[in-house]
Amino acid sequence: MALRERFETPGKMRTWSFGLMAIGVLALILGYIFIGADHGGGEHGGHEVPGSHIFWGTLMYNAEFFLLITNAAMFFICATTLAMGGWQMAFRRVSEAISTLVPIFGVITFVILMVVLFGTHIYHWNSEEAASDPILKGKLGFLNPTFYVIWTTLTIGLWSLLGWRMRKLSAEADAGHMNNEKGASFIWRNTVSASLFIVWFALTVGSTVPWLWNMSIDAHWYSTMYSWYTFASTFVAGMALIAIWVIYLKNKGYLEIVNEEHLHDIGKFMFAFSIFWTYLWFAQYMLIWYSNQPEETVYFWHRVKGPYKGIFFLNLIINFICPLLILMRRGSKRNYTLMTFMAVLILFGHWMDFYQMIIGSISPTHVTWGDYWWFDFGIMGLFVGIMIFGVSRALASKPLVAKHHPFLKESIIHHT
Amino acid sequence: MAKKKFVVGLFNDEDVLFPAVKKVRTAGYKLHDVYTPFPVHGLDHAMGLRETSLHTAGFIYGITGTTTALGCISWIFTKDWPLNIGGKPHFALPAWIPIIFELTVLFSAVGMVLTFCYLCQLAPFVKKHVFHKRATDDLFVMVIETTGKTNIDDLKGFLSNNGALETYEEIAEDGWWLGRYDKDEIPFENRKEVAVVA
Repeated sequence: MALRERFETPGKMRTWSFGLMAIGVLALILGYIFIGADHGGGEHGGHEVPGSHIFWGTLMYNAEFFLLITNAAMFFICATTLAMGGWQMAFRRVSEAISTLVPIFGVITFVILMVVLFGTHIYHWNSEEAASDPILKGKLGFLNPTFYVIWTTLTIGLWSLLGWRMRKLSAEADAGHMNNEKGASFIWRNTVSASLFIVWFALTVGSTVPWLWNMSIDAHWYSTMYSWYTFASTFVAGMALIAIWVIYLKNKGYLEIVNEEHLHDIGKFMFAFSIFWTYLWFAQYMLIWYSNQPEETVYFWHRVKGPYKGIFFLNLIINFICPLLILMRRGSKRNYTLMTFMAVLILFGHWMDFYQMIIGSISPTHVTWGDYWWFDFGIMGLFVGIMIFGVSRALASKPLVAKHHPFLKESIIHHT
Repeated sequence: MAKKKFVVGLFNDEDVLFPAVKKVRTAGYKLHDVYTPFPVHGLDHAMGLRETSLHTAGFIYGITGTTTALGCISWIFTKDWPLNIGGKPHFALPAWIPIIFELTVLFSAVGMVLTFCYLCQLAPFVKKHVFHKRATDDLFVMVIETTGKTNIDDLKGFLSNNGALETYEEIAEDGWWLGRYDKDEIPFENRKEVAVVA
C-alpha cells in the first residue's frame, strides 16, 4: 500500500488559521479597550468586579484550557506507551503534532498567569489582608507568589521538555528498520521517557496545578477532587481534539491505515472519560451538598442557585447526557460524521466547563457571557487559530506514520 | 433429541482456518459451529453470524433498573413514608443517584448474564455434545451439518484440501438435553466412523 507520507497544509487551512487569529487579535484589542482597561474603583459598568478581572480571567481560562488539552495529547501518547499499546501507532504522529503546541501555549499561559498574579486582585490570597485571615494564614505555605512562580515555571517547562523528549525519540522510528535488539531498546527508552512524563503529569495536572491556578481563586474554598476534575475535563477534550484531527486527515486522504477500528477506540476513550468526568462532577457536588457546610457550599451557590445555573446544568447535558446516549452505540463510535459532531460538542462543552469554573469564581454574581460573549469567542478563535497553524506545521514536518516503529503492525491489523 | 450426522474437520492454525471457513460457506455447506480453544477475533464475521443483540438487552435492563430505583425511592420518600433527614428536601435526588446507579448496574448485569446463558443454552444439567476434546486445548474444530444428499467423501476431501489435519463423520445430538454425559453418551469415545443411518 502506498502511503502519502507527508501532510501538506492546504492554503485554505492556512487562511482559516490566520483569519481566526486576526479575529482573536481584534477581540483582544477591543476587549482590552472595553473591558480590560477598567482597573476597579468606580462603577465597573454595572458589574461588581473590575473589567480587568474579567479580561484577564477570560484570557486565563482560554489559555489554560488549550494548554491542558494539547498537553493531554502527550499524556495520551505516554499512557498508551506505558500500557504497551500498539493500536494508536496509526495516528500517534497526530497526537504528537498536537502536543508540539505545549511550549507555545505554555509561554502564553505563563505570561497571562503572571499578569493575573501580580497585576490584578483575582487571587485573594495574594493581598495584604490574607496574612490576617485565619483560614488563608494556614494556606500561605502553598499559596504564595514565590511558590506559584517556581511551580508554574517548573510545570510548564517540564511538560515541554519531557514532551519534546518523547517526540525526539519517536523520530528515531523514521530512520530505518529496527532489528529485534534495537527495537527492544527503543521501546524501553520510550517507556522510561513516558514514565517520567506521567509522574510529572500526575504531580501537576493530577494534583497541584489546578489547585494553584484555578481553585485558589476561591481562596477559602477547597476540594480535593478539583484537580482530577480538571484532568478528566481536559483529557476527554484532548481525545476529542485528536479525533477531529484524525478524521480531518482521513477525509483529506491521509492516514491510510486508520480505519473504523481506530476511530472506535478513540470513541471509547471519549465515551469512558465523559463518564469519568461526570463521576467526579457528581462526587464533588454530592459530598458538598450532603454535608451542607457553608464554607464548602460557597462554590456551588452561584452555580446551582445563582446566575450560573443555566450554564452549570447545560454543561452536564452536553458533557454527560449527550456522550452517554449518543456514543453508547457501537455504530456511532464507528461513524465519522457522528464522531466529528460529538468531538466538537465535547470540546465546546469542556471549554464552557472551564468558563464556569474560572469566570464563575471571578464574577460570581454576573454571567459575563451576557455582555462579553464576543470576547470569549474571539479569544477562543485566537487559540484555535494558533492551534490549527501549529498542528498543521508540525504535521507537515514529519512523516505521518512512524514506519519503522516495532508496534506499527499491531496497529495495521488492529481489530476491536 | 434429534440426532444428525456431522462432518468434523480439525485445524491447528488460525491462518488456515479462516480461508477454510470462507470456502466452506461459499461452497454452500452448512456450518454447524467452529469450536476454538480461545476467542478468535473476526471468526464470527467469517462464519457469517449476525451481531449479538446482547448489548441492546443490557441497555433495556439498565433503563429498567434506573426507573425501578427512581420510582421506588421517590415514592417511598415523598409519598409513602416521608422522613426528615438532616433537613434535606424529601425529593433528595443527589443522595439517590448512587443507589439509582447501583440498581442500574445490578439489573443490567444480572439480566445480561441470564440472557447470555439463555442464548448460549447454558444451565446446570444442560448438556451438549462435545465433538472433540482438544477443542479446549490446541485444535480448531469445524463442524459441518450434513443432509442425506451430502456426499460425505467429497466433503471430507474438500476439508482436507483446505488444510484440515483430520476429518471424520459423527452422528450426534445437535441441540441440548438434560442429563448426564456418563449415562447418556460416553464422552470423547464415539469418534468411530459410523455408518449412515437412513
